[in-house]
Amino acid sequence: MLDRTFRKNLLLWTSAVCAASAAFADTGPLTEVPGDPARGLAILRDGSLPSCLICHQISSLPDRDQGQLGPTLDGVAGRFTADELRLRIIDARKISPETIMPAYYATDGLFRVGRNWAGKTIYDPQQVEDVTAYLMTLAD
Amino acid sequence: MMKPLLILVGFLSGAVAAWAGPPDGPPVSGYQMMTPETQQLQDDDFLNPAMFLVDRGITLWGREWTQGGATCQSCHSDIASDMAGVAARYPRIDPVSGQMVSLEGKIISEIAGRLGAPAPDYESEDLLALTALIGFQSRGMPMNVAVTPDSGPWIAKGKEIFETRRGQLNLSCANCHQDHWGEKLRGDTLSQGHINAFPVYRLTWSDFGSRQRMFTWCMESIRSEPYAYGSEEFLAMETYLAVRGAGLPIETPGVRR
Ligand code: HEC
Ligand code: HEC
Ligand code: HEC
Repeated sequence: MLDRTFRKNLLLWTSAVCAASAAFADTGPLTEVPGDPARGLAILRDGSLPSCLICHQISSLPDRDQGQLGPTLDGVAGRFTADELRLRIIDARKISPETIMPAYYATDGLFRVGRNWAGKTIYDPQQVEDVTAYLMTLAD
Repeated sequence: MMKPLLILVGFLSGAVAAWAGPPDGPPVSGYQMMTPETQQLQDDDFLNPAMFLVDRGITLWGREWTQGGATCQSCHSDIASDMAGVAARYPRIDPVSGQMVSLEGKIISEIAGRLGAPAPDYESEDLLALTALIGFQSRGMPMNVAVTPDSGPWIAKGKEIFETRRGQLNLSCANCHQDHWGEKLRGDTLSQGHINAFPVYRLTWSDFGSRQRMFTWCMESIRSEPYAYGSEEFLAMETYLAVRGAGLPIETPGVRR
């Protein structure tokens, strides 16, 4: 695994390189209000929002029927920086174009979005911050 | 000298075989993903809630659709012999109209066209009941939709729709039912997405539903705009899925979680 600062620098460097195409938008916070981990957890458990737990597991949570399609999120705070996690949530396609992970804060490149959802993102900016803050509590 | 040729032949036939179905072996029915309790509900005709549809279908079979007019039975005297194996080969190119038609579509045209009664709606109890009754006459028979030059474009179109990512969640049918079947998606174990048990009773719906209701449900759960009932897209999807699941026994009327 790459050293964390190195990964972060790499990401910053890549975003500098790609700035013109805006492929990597600024991965800093989307809002002024710092993310709230408790609200982040509530968002993860909100049945009306497509939950990360459809595909991932977090073993510290008692929730039944967690998903198996993606890797466990246990210890993600030790593997990624907040900026990296935020970028993953915003649009995981920027990290791996073929990923099945939905883009929670992007509307481009989608096909036949339901009329209730057209032009809307899954999360609003504050929800992105809250979920990022919650993930940052998942140290080993 | 032989070996590379064998490998090449194996590779080519593998590539040809891969187009029709899940790449890893013969198709597996969604029945296999159910708990023993749910399987038993389907297996026991007295417990199976979807048998209600078959019973209702028997009543409709002998009913007059216009006053003093014909019943289905007037022309198709013995349902068991006349309709055996019929559902297993739908959708098909209709020998009379030359058009691709699903079993529901055929029943609608019998009622509206041949009998001159109002066409039943998709998902109406009448249409589900007659579909279940006719499907029941094929129970245990392998799905067996003909691949012909006429049906080829429908199969290809269905496959393309199945593999196209869509909706706010940006997933294709194949992402779930091909690449991740057997894995847990919340309370469900993902199946391969076959259509051999429809119409079914779904416990999570507390209701009956057709193949196309299932497609609609899956599309809505990825926040995608579903196609219309009876649309060319859904007809193509049914045709492709029938071929993709060729050989699976018809389970109608099925029970699912
Ligand atoms: C439809 C399934 C799906 C959903 C929903 C989903 N993910 Fe993912 N996620 C994946 C998959 C699959 C991967 C593996 C890498 C890849 O394919 O991009 C992944 C990778 C990740 C990673 C990198 C993990 C690692 O160790 O490499 C993080 C972090 C992550 N997801 C967070 C989230 C969060 C947070 C949410 C909810 C806001 C979420 N995911 C929702 C499927 C999903
Ligand atoms: C007036 C006679 C008549 C009546 C009444 C009638 N049918 Fe038919 N039906 C036919 C004939 C003839 C065919 C074969 C030609 C064709 O496929 O159109 C047929 C074909 C069918 C088929 C397709 C069979 C196959 O092998 O693909 C189905 C299904 C069917 N009928 C259902 C019904 C139902 C359900 C009713 C009652 C609502 C009904 N029919 C009433 C004459 C009739
Ligand atoms: C996010 C994952 C997901 C996607 C994408 C998805 N489905 Fe499903 N589908 C499910 C789940 C969950 C079920 C219920 C459990 C099972 O049978 O897999 C299901 C069930 C089905 C079934 C019934 C299987 C049976 O044995 O009764 C069919 C048919 C089906 N899906 C077709 C489709 C089609 C067609 C598409 C594309 C429009 C699609 N699905 C997209 C999750 C998905």
